[in-house]
Amino acid sequence: MRIDPAQVEEAARELYIRALKILPPDVKAGFDRLARHETDATAKGVLGTMIRNISVAEQTDNLLCQDTGIPIYNVTIGRGVEFDGAELERAIRRGCERATREYPLRSSVVHPITRKNEHTSCGPGVPPIHIGFSDEPERLVIEMVPKGSGSENNSWLRMAVPAEGVNAIKTFVVDCVLDAGGKTCPPTIVGVGIGGTSDLCVALAKRAATRPLGSACPDPEGAALESSLTEAVNTLGVGPQGLGGDSTAFAVHVEVAATHITMNPVAVNMQCHSARRATAAFTPGGVEYGF
Amino acid sequence: MAHHVLVPPITEAQARALRVEDTVTLEGILFGIRDANQIALFDRNRTTRFDMRGHAAIHTAPNVRKVPPSPEHPTGYAPVCVGTTTSARMERFTEPLMEQLGVRLIVGKGGLGEPSLAAFGRLGGAYLAIIGGTAALETTWIEAIEDVDLDDLNPESLWKFRVRGFGPLLVAMDSHGGSLYRSVDSKARARRANALSRLGVK
Repeated sequence: MRIDPAQVEEAARELYIRALKILPPDVKAGFDRLARHETDATAKGVLGTMIRNISVAEQTDNLLCQDTGIPIYNVTIGRGVEFDGAELERAIRRGCERATREYPLRSSVVHPITRKNEHTSCGPGVPPIHIGFSDEPERLVIEMVPKGSGSENNSWLRMAVPAEGVNAIKTFVVDCVLDAGGKTCPPTIVGVGIGGTSDLCVALAKRAATRPLGSACPDPEGAALESSLTEAVNTLGVGPQGLGGDSTAFAVHVEVAATHITMNPVAVNMQCHSARRATAAFTPGGVEYGF
Repeated sequence: MAHHVLVPPITEAQARALRVEDTVTLEGILFGIRDANQIALFDRNRTTRFDMRGHAAIHTAPNVRKVPPSPEHPTGYAPVCVGTTTSARMERFTEPLMEQLGVRLIVGKGGLGEPSLAAFGRLGGAYLAIIGGTAALETTWIEAIEDVDLDDLNPESLWKFRVRGFGPLLVAMDSHGGSLYRSVDSKARARRANALSRLGVK
């Protein structure tokens, strides 16, 4: 299967706008679950407003949140897929720029030193484009994640040491949730990266924070930590928007990688309640949009 | 827990009448403030032609569309999606915003800290919490972008919105030392030991 860059450009454009407007069904279901179990009156009201916003966005064909975020594109390449890699990256970038100019979206991206905004949502190294591979035949998937800054500004890495054990990981996650308070727009998906190198650990945390609700860590030890940490952080009472309540996190997601005998790294990255993402799957049958 | 409908500019007495857990609906004018415009105003000696005395200001940078100027869109900007950003980044600007520009109410999400709480007490102001991430709903409360200043900082310009039925907003910090964020944070930190013990951390 040969991938046409023009189709990639169109999909990159469409994905940014779709992701900003329609919340994935797993996140909607997550809201319903939290609302059913919430016991705090203020928190019930806050969750109700968030749920109402999801339908207002769909009815008025508007963005869920004004924060268009840092656009991130994750490309998963199956087998028997042919394309020009450099051209694929350029096509994604063009699509991202076009979405911003043509919709128009607020460009939330500036040069980190001059703070100049090019009004394209692009700049040096942005959008980040991550390339991965799968065994699926004749299939290429582009996932788009607009990562809002309220949650992204609350990201942490701790290079703990082996003598601190798994307790260092658990304590760190609880303390990050406390420090984040309402700043991350809870209820959040708390992404935890465990192991790897420092950069891999942070990347794992981001992958965990942007994984669909209901998915589990493929590593059984990681999956066990997901359940116990989810339960623990929801006893803290931070609540939606940090205004108190039971619904602090939809879930804690964990991703793990092997690490060095001398290392015990842990990273936390959070996704806000507007846990936006969208996908486009390229197959011989055409392009199919989903979540 | 009273509900207040406020049409800014408001007086110091009106600001001081607000108590934590009251609710507020704003009518009329609402200014949009942000990182870049407050850096410009308070660190770089830039000035604004807006009279913000007694007014409410929201932590925001909207999505807007350029349109031909008309009575509906006098600035040539139509609102596309207007929402609220995290207030905590702009903590150090609360005091000059109130003292130098006379703002009385800050609308934001996620809360502000002790210096802002002290400024609300000393100068007579309050923090009104909006539900972050609900910009589609918030946009339905915006009637128009009435004016814009410092527009070279776009989208972080200084915006002047005309709003209708903007709320209900929750009074989360008041001029009497009350802060929902402080009380939730201290309760949550008191539960830390229990949460860690559930996780088997001794």
